[in-house]
Amino acid sequence: MAAEDLELSAALIPDAAGHQPVLAARDLRKAYGRVVAMDGADFDLYPGEILGVIGDNGAGKSSMIAALAGAVRPDSGEIWLAGEQVRFANPMEARAKGIETVFQTLAMAPALTIVDNLFLGREYRKPGFRGRWLRALDRGRMRAEARKHLSELGLATIQNIDQVVETLSGGQRQGVAVARACAFGSRVIILDEPTAALGVKESRKVLDLILDVRRRGISVVLISHNMPHVFEIADRVHIHRLGRRIAQVRPDQISMSDAVAIMTGAMPPPTDDDQGRT
Amino acid sequence: MSSDDTPHFSEHAGPGRRVINFLHGNPTIIPFLVLVIGLAIFSLIVGKRFFHPFNLSLVLQQVTVIGMLALAQTLIILTAGIDLSVGAIMVLSSVAMGQMALTLGLPPEIALLAGIAVGAACGALNGLLITWLRLPPFIVTLGTWSIFNAFVQFWSGGQTIRQQEIAADAAILQWTGTALQLGAWRLTLGSVLMLGLAGLLWYMLNRTAYGRHIYAVGNDPEAARLSGISTRRVLFSVYLIAGAICGLAGWVLIGRIGAVSPLGGGSANLDSITAVVIGGTSLFGGRGSILGTLIGALIVGFFRNGLALAGLDVLWQEFAIGCLIIMAVGFDQWLRRISN
Repeated sequence: MAAEDLELSAALIPDAAGHQPVLAARDLRKAYGRVVAMDGADFDLYPGEILGVIGDNGAGKSSMIAALAGAVRPDSGEIWLAGEQVRFANPMEARAKGIETVFQTLAMAPALTIVDNLFLGREYRKPGFRGRWLRALDRGRMRAEARKHLSELGLATIQNIDQVVETLSGGQRQGVAVARACAFGSRVIILDEPTAALGVKESRKVLDLILDVRRRGISVVLISHNMPHVFEIADRVHIHRLGRRIAQVRPDQISMSDAVAIMTGAMPPPTDDDQGRT
Repeated sequence: MSSDDTPHFSEHAGPGRRVINFLHGNPTIIPFLVLVIGLAIFSLIVGKRFFHPFNLSLVLQQVTVIGMLALAQTLIILTAGIDLSVGAIMVLSSVAMGQMALTLGLPPEIALLAGIAVGAACGALNGLLITWLRLPPFIVTLGTWSIFNAFVQFWSGGQTIRQQEIAADAAILQWTGTALQLGAWRLTLGSVLMLGLAGLLWYMLNRTAYGRHIYAVGNDPEAARLSGISTRRVLFSVYLIAGAICGLAGWVLIGRIGAVSPLGGGSANLDSITAVVIGGTSLFGGRGSILGTLIGALIVGFFRNGLALAGLDVLWQEFAIGCLIIMAVGFDQWLRRISN
């Protein structure tokens, strides 16, 4: 056991203020046949920060996120959550530990209502006989909580929470998906390309929403192809290339074009690996 | 937090958009309107006879068996599946009931339960093939339709068990044919059973988590999976429940025709799909309702009845039902397209 403790302290590097990472990964590997998606990827997310993850197509961002969210099981490597090593068999296990993911597809059933989608897979049942034996849903409680979560995130303009999701705009759908993550995610929210399908104005609103989420003390991981978005709101950025993290940078200490150059391999990554962490 | 730094999503809802949103939230409204308008037209053409309780009772009796199968079919189509074997399961269940009670000499109550269990087993076979072997529902149930029909012929020997034999030895099998006379209305217990089951399924679909999961699995299986729903378990259970309902329908069938016939239910598969589709349930899954299916079954019943009373040839009934199906599916497609 003592050896394991030693390993723990070696694997987890505190940030400048001495905080342990809330979520970390070491040496993740995953191959799909001959295609290597992750080739020793590392990951560190500290409390209360927005971490941007950038990389070219095929850099292994999505696979890493899927592994952290429990949607994919890595071939090898370790995942640490709040100082404990964890292994997720499915997204529900990750969720139970406070890691919520907003997938690019949003994972919402378009023909169901906002309330149905917010609580899909974790519905409340009525107390007593009706809930226990008749399996009756507590729709009043779910409605009330849904309304609370939406207005907390400034989504109160969605008047009718019994509206079906497909009648919402792209930004509103993203908003509902983020609200669902916030409602249940106590520690970490992972957002996969949240602005990819949105116009300028709606992207703006979603970015504001992400800043709101950080204000509530939740750590955010933002995967995006949109450099200006990442550089605007992220506190730190991980750059991935060919299945591994090749650099950690701070958006205020590096130019966007240098980041792209590192990402594409045109420029060597900075030698000082601690740059992003301090 | 001031309202300036919170993101706002404004809603631009014109009148057209609002109608579409309303239709999304209330998919049963169109079939309901079709039923009301159809009834109005037929009452004008046919006259008083059409709305006479005797005639309305007759239509309800006529749609009871297909309505029962359509309830089972609704559950399956909501998951974006299809079951071509519902009619064959129903007939196999009724043959099982008759043979076990009269040939094997089991107590009729046991034979009844065993017949329903045969239906559930058939549904479970469909469910296993679809979830374990991941075969498409259309092909699986096309295959099992043939297989169940073969069992029907094998077990019954092609023979009908006559009404008098059943009445003498296993009267409980005809119980669903018992008629309740309420004034001029004549309601069979089979119809009551069908309506009661519809109420139960409505509750299951709308008031329990399992029901919402059925919708989610049909609407977007990947979203359902990522939400932690076991899509295979939901699918399997839906086929199992549908099979059991078809077994119950077998009991209702015996009550309706009095006898156990291996020939019944030839067109029942397609008729059940017709009722579901006309009732506004989407063949693409995740959209539709039990109430819509009841209305769909009634639309089919009233159109057939009204056209017959109006003195038109049977071929025009078929023609009208065909038009209704195409309009229903066309409308569903249109609603799906404009929402994307």
